[in-house]
Amino acid sequence: MMEYLHSVTLREEKCVGCTDCIKRCPTEAIRVRNGKAKIIDERCIDCGFCIRVCRNRAKKAITDNLDSLSEYKYKVAIPAPALYSQFKDVLDVNVILTGLKKLGFDEVFEVSRAAEIVTEESKRLIKEATFQKPIISSACPVIVRLIQIRFPELIDHIFPLLSPMEVAARMVKKDLTKRGIDEKDIGVFFISPCAAKATNVRNPIGFEKSYVDKVLSIKEVYKKLATFIRKMDDIENLRMSSSEGIRWAMTGGEGKGLGIDNYIAVDGIENVNKILEEVENGKLENVDFIEGLACTGGCLGGPLTVENSFVAKNRLKKVLNYTNKENIEKKIDSSYEDIFLSWNKEVISKPVMTLDKDMNVAIKKMEELEKIYEQLPQIDCGSCGAPTCRALAEDIVRNNANIEDCIFMLRMKVRQMAEDMVALAQKMPPSLNKNDS
Amino acid sequence: MKLSFTVDGDEFLLAGEASSQVKKVLKQLGVSSAIIRKIAIAMYEAEINMVLHANGGSIDVDITPEKIYILFQDEGPGIKDIELAMQEGYSTASDEIRELGFGAGMGLPNMKRYSDDLKISSELGKGTKVEITVYLNREGD
Repeated sequence: MMEYLHSVTLREEKCVGCTDCIKRCPTEAIRVRNGKAKIIDERCIDCGFCIRVCRNRAKKAITDNLDSLSEYKYKVAIPAPALYSQFKDVLDVNVILTGLKKLGFDEVFEVSRAAEIVTEESKRLIKEATFQKPIISSACPVIVRLIQIRFPELIDHIFPLLSPMEVAARMVKKDLTKRGIDEKDIGVFFISPCAAKATNVRNPIGFEKSYVDKVLSIKEVYKKLATFIRKMDDIENLRMSSSEGIRWAMTGGEGKGLGIDNYIAVDGIENVNKILEEVENGKLENVDFIEGLACTGGCLGGPLTVENSFVAKNRLKKVLNYTNKENIEKKIDSSYEDIFLSWNKEVISKPVMTLDKDMNVAIKKMEELEKIYEQLPQIDCGSCGAPTCRALAEDIVRNNANIEDCIFMLRMKVRQMAEDMVALAQKMPPSLNKNDS
Repeated sequence: MKLSFTVDGDEFLLAGEASSQVKKVLKQLGVSSAIIRKIAIAMYEAEINMVLHANGGSIDVDITPEKIYILFQDEGPGIKDIELAMQEGYSTASDEIRELGFGAGMGLPNMKRYSDDLKISSELGKGTKVEITVYLNREGD
């Protein structure tokens, strides 16, 4: 197996070792060590929250750059619909798609078009197959990873379907090889609002290998693309998706497309956490579908976008209105029919929170953890480099920290030692002359 | 290992805190997801019941590698007819509580369904004691 490579990483030179990211990480995956933030790989779910909260911009997502276009003879851009919301006063998606071609792509294929196909397949599957209710959407890779580490018992609820990005990449490659282009000459570039998608391309969940070759962040293409868009004169008619597919960029878009009322659309990872917790408690069995998205506003709020998520939502609505007026009918043809849309690899749980494989040992460590926690000040200041006092207690029983890492405990011990020294200093050996003291 | 919780009676929209904590601990102990699911549902129901009917109470959890035992004790009104209360759909919850989406009469039946052993003893006017046991090595029973 390939080494697990995260998209989210640290720029060490920019990190000042503050507590901003450790306190906000939803899986408590960051510690400050030697004055620098350190991401615990197996806990990171690539949500990109730390990228957003870091005031020193010390966190970044590893994505590809535009220079990598030169690695392929035939280059295809597959933009996420969130891209359509990034440009002020641009209502016509064709302007943006034409702009992408001017950037150097031979073709563009909209991920929103593939989204429409995924919607069709979802409708069919929901009707035909029996899934554990509520079905949880797999569209957001962060949520799938969150379930793997925090809610393993909900793995059976995950909708085992390829993401629109993956379907788009497969359709592109199938079509081009049919047209006689050698597969190794084709480069499929996903234009992404999301760090986790970049991770998913390298380490897919639910299938073996991604058909996407490179991931470019919206930030990466924005500047150049904006220049082309501003002086556009020859707009090509490239758009193939309807508002149904484009709507996937925002919270509720996927659910709305399914044509069912009985669904929950929830965004923001803490909110999703609460909803998953309710599913775990058996409280949402009467709900058919849950669309959970890690970012506020859905993909529009992705950490690799340029525009503020709320402004982006306002813009996307305008784009959707315009698109509806243009009256492009949703077009589901047979071109995807021999693409297998379902996952074919088991999703495994990742029990990274477990203290020990042996439950006897785990219980002992847990008891120890509780004992240590009781001694700590429980104010969660973060000065020890762990996000909470409980997290520090956990780090101590895992042998990754010492109780003196807590500045309050350290001070207490220093004081204790000082008192002991004073007491010792007052003791006088009986043989010593009293005047020597 | 042992865990204890005091359940507050007035904050019933926040109820589920104790279950949530226990779930977290069980995950850290490496208990299988199937078991955690059983505990989550049974415990949540019992905790909610305690808040809805008895104005809170106490929860004591004992975890060993063989089983998980949870004791719920309250000083509420008690259950008049336990057999009747065990029937699906039977509930004494007020309209106010029903409006909040509780009181479907599935509390005790669900507790029974998701535990391996359920003991309920109750005295009118004095309180109720519920004991839930889930065995860890009985998967696939």
